[in-house]
Amino acid sequence: MSEPLASAGTASTPADPAGDDLVRLENLVKYFPVRAGGLVRRTVGQVQAVDDVSLSIPRGQTLGLVGETGSGKSTLARCVAGLIPVTSGRVIFDGRDITNLSRGAMRPIRREVQMIFQDPYSSLNPRRRVGAIIGDPFAIHKTATGGERKRQVQELMERVGLNPEHYNRFPAEFSGGQRQRIGVARALALRPKLIICDEPVSALDVSIQAQVLNLLSDLQRDYGLTYLFIAHDLEVVRHVSDSVAVMYLGRIGESGPRDPVYTSPRHPYTAALLSAAPAADPDTAAARQRIVLTGDVPSPIDPPSGCRFHPRCPKAEAVCGQQEPQLEAKAGDVATHLVACHFPVQAGENLAAAGRSEPT
Amino acid sequence: MSITGIEAASQDAAASEGALDADAAKIEGRSQWQLTWRRLRQDKVAMAALAVIVVIILLAILAPVFVSITHHPPNIAYPNTGEDAAGNPVGPMTNGFWLGTDGTGRDLFIRILYGARISLFVGFVTTGIGAVAGVAVGLMAGYFGGFIDTVLARFTDAVLAFPYVVLALALAVVLGPSLTVIIGVISFFSWAAIARIVRGQTLSIKEKEYIEAARSLGAGSFRIMFFDILPNLLAPVLVLATLYIPTAIVFEATLSYLGLGIQPPTASWGDILADAQNFFQTSWWYVVFPALALLITTLAFNLLGDGVRDAMDPRTERVLAAGRGRRKRRGKRQVLADGQAGLAPAAPYVPPAEGS
Repeated sequence: MSEPLASAGTASTPADPAGDDLVRLENLVKYFPVRAGGLVRRTVGQVQAVDDVSLSIPRGQTLGLVGETGSGKSTLARCVAGLIPVTSGRVIFDGRDITNLSRGAMRPIRREVQMIFQDPYSSLNPRRRVGAIIGDPFAIHKTATGGERKRQVQELMERVGLNPEHYNRFPAEFSGGQRQRIGVARALALRPKLIICDEPVSALDVSIQAQVLNLLSDLQRDYGLTYLFIAHDLEVVRHVSDSVAVMYLGRIGESGPRDPVYTSPRHPYTAALLSAAPAADPDTAAARQRIVLTGDVPSPIDPPSGCRFHPRCPKAEAVCGQQEPQLEAKAGDVATHLVACHFPVQAGENLAAAGRSEPT
Repeated sequence: MSITGIEAASQDAAASEGALDADAAKIEGRSQWQLTWRRLRQDKVAMAALAVIVVIILLAILAPVFVSITHHPPNIAYPNTGEDAAGNPVGPMTNGFWLGTDGTGRDLFIRILYGARISLFVGFVTTGIGAVAGVAVGLMAGYFGGFIDTVLARFTDAVLAFPYVVLALALAVVLGPSLTVIIGVISFFSWAAIARIVRGQTLSIKEKEYIEAARSLGAGSFRIMFFDILPNLLAPVLVLATLYIPTAIVFEATLSYLGLGIQPPTASWGDILADAQNFFQTSWWYVVFPALALLITTLAFNLLGDGVRDAMDPRTERVLAAGRGRRKRRGKRQVLADGQAGLAPAAPYVPPAEGS
């Protein structure tokens, strides 16, 4: 760890007194209007990308957010990062309400919340040199100029495992893994408190994934970073996360500490996801009962009533289509293990065999 | 799940770094412009065009030197040596007139040189103004979108739809012909095509993830436009600008030819050609040389523009190497008009093997 790095951007407010959560989302809602019509644009519907999501991330920990494509993970990330306005609900960061702040008011927050993007090819401007890309945070926030900026950028490059002599190269001259390291260096430049990783390794080779994940966990240890880690790879999330939240169609289906969620999932959707994840050990893979979900993910413009998962759920009953289950701890679980399900999965229950007793 | 330590990771990175270092001397800091220049140098036609343009520019700059050699200032008539007994112009290499004289006995060669000054000046200045204005309008329309886009894009379409010769003539008549008016009129029509292409490119670039990355860092709109989007636009704009210069030169010649551009006695190619009509049958050189000057200049700029566009596009490398570049090229020009081919190569460029 280099001292100058530590002094780069830590002129922040003291820790908030209100608990140990760095980020808290309260009933966050993000709808995208669907417009139609030629001359007069009418709003004909709403894509309910994120609907009533409440989450919190303790300081210095990693929350893994899993869910399939279109479940609203990335939208949630962009709401937290303040890149898109929130429809309703609140985003509390470090004790401050940062929901829908103006650009000017958001500016100091930007130094503390950074993002790492999914695609290392499109997240780096192909026309700018690596030094300029990593130096951008310093330039935008006017924290270092000239030779000082170059020195800090080269330190960052070294920190993330890049050769500082490649300062003047273009992104195209790097491999995918190296490019993702550039993205990490850029996110790290201002020494943020929170880094939102939007599927940071899903575009990379498996061998490279491990390197980048290890880099991220080293950085977390050294700088006390908090991560919101979005992925659809369950094993990656298990490796990096302290706690896990499972999203389905804009809602949280299940959340809690990593181990209880992975070892005894209570939501049928979580159980199905876990049963579908490839296992490295062929014996385990053969012995496992895979829960095959039928049908497609319904449209978020017109989500199912009640529990959003009920049309595909092997355990669904009539009440599931009528009454929306609340996210709550079930009997026998730790208090932080929450699930939104009327009929949570019991230990040892064979969901693969369970038929749909009563189609709704 | 077994994951190797960070030590292994950094060793791995160091190993791949080592392999890269072998090429470092070649690769280090080679920008798109250096790559473009490398490819352009292999294009013989473009290099010949560039040489011709340099010669023309030098001739224009050195026009006073030629005056001191020939002792024939551009606006002085020589009734005795410059005209024959019937009062017609004398031919090339007669009485010290290298390319003969014009209808009033002035040195045609010197007047063509001074005409080149006007043509090149108008060509570069109007294209420069047009490029700056076009980029500004296109960037704002594409980036901000919404109402601003509607207004700017419709205005651009209106300018493109205008019968520009008619408007230029009207303006020249109303405001009185002068160099300033000509530059103003040609500039006014030069930005719209560039603005349209730039707008299209901006629309596609602003959806890229690196723009969102810049926004998440807290960059403002203008920083994003100038530091993140503009560098990606320079390639297509440079190509369009190079190809617009000859258009502007011909436009100026047209206005001057119609008597609404540069006013006599100042020399201009269009004006010389207009005068030469009366001597069409008796003095071939009077028409041929200024027309040749116009032809060579515009052709050279067009060929250079073609070459620059091909050099900007890494995919043409193999075509050039195979030696059938010209044919392939023609089809692509149409695409550029639709705003596609000028696109800066977004895909990672793999440097060619040495000596390809």
